[in-house]
Amino acid sequence: MTRDDSNWAKPVKTLQPSDRDGAINENVRGRRLAAANGGFGRLFQKTFSVQVGSTVTPQEVIQVWKTRFGDFWPKGQKMFLPATGIAPGEVGIINASLPGAPTMATGILVIYADDVSFSFMSPEGHPFAGPLTFSAHVDEHGFTVAQAQELTRASDPFWELAMMIPVLGGRMQNDIWRSTLANLARHFGADYATVQSKIVVVDHRRQWRNAKNIWQNAAIRSGLSAPVRLIRRG
Amino acid sequence: MTTATTTTAADRIDERTIVIRVRGDVTAASEGPLMAAYGQAGEKTRSIVLDFSGLDYMNSGGIGLLVTLLVRANRQKQKLLAYGLNEHYKQIFELTRLDEAIGIHDTESAAIEAAKA
Repeated sequence: MTRDDSNWAKPVKTLQPSDRDGAINENVRGRRLAAANGGFGRLFQKTFSVQVGSTVTPQEVIQVWKTRFGDFWPKGQKMFLPATGIAPGEVGIINASLPGAPTMATGILVIYADDVSFSFMSPEGHPFAGPLTFSAHVDEHGFTVAQAQELTRASDPFWELAMMIPVLGGRMQNDIWRSTLANLARHFGADYATVQSKIVVVDHRRQWRNAKNIWQNAAIRSGLSAPVRLIRRG
Repeated sequence: MTTATTTTAADRIDERTIVIRVRGDVTAASEGPLMAAYGQAGEKTRSIVLDFSGLDYMNSGGIGLLVTLLVRANRQKQKLLAYGLNEHYKQIFELTRLDEAIGIHDTESAAIEAAKA
């Protein structure tokens, strides 16, 4: 038994999410997790951080973030989690709105959680492949800082191209974390806190052997299944 | 701030192979010691063997660090291998699919043999 034994999810071959009220549960069931080395695009390390205050502890920030994760997301992005919130091994379902496109259904697996951090990985077909870690710590000025950090590649050529389109690319991913952190800081009374961003290209190369990942692209598949969902609802 | 509780040592096996011995915790704060050990590899090194037999703790920041190390090694056309992982950490490598990119072996001799293959 190691110190981190209870913090990690057990290995899974494929994800098996249960249905959640109001959620489009597609592109997750039966899918494998997407590791950064299995993605297509350039590998980015993106770090977004915000000071949330000096009277709240990192543990309190993470406790709130875990239990109300979806509440801090920007409008139009929905995360459906079990009532118990974020815990190792739990699967979340994401319904994301993309400009001019049907709702994209995808998801996450909580791979790691402790009292000052938690991490997700996403299934194949999700826009990005690689781990995302949310954490909190006290900085050198005594302020508690909340942070979102990803080490990800675009999963396939479609997403890589989308990320290169001015405004749209940033909106798809970076603005989600900027808004999330601003909303989290606001919850703790830091109404005008500035979200800091640091984006570093760790690997400029594209992994063309993984271009075939486009077959599982969650946006394309969600678009194709949208008419069927409309007929069923009607 | 998080402080590193990692110690590393790099043992050169031959001109083309080094073993990096990782001791203690592997977290995002371990970047300095781990990359310093990797920095001793040099241009002629073709295989990096990670000895995890002294690993006490790893969080998701540690996994991120290993992904970064993997990218750096791949860029140099170096093979990355590991041994000494207990069952728990083998499962974490499986969960994060790092086991598909880093060759996992039970013993140092098996890892070095695979490095030379």
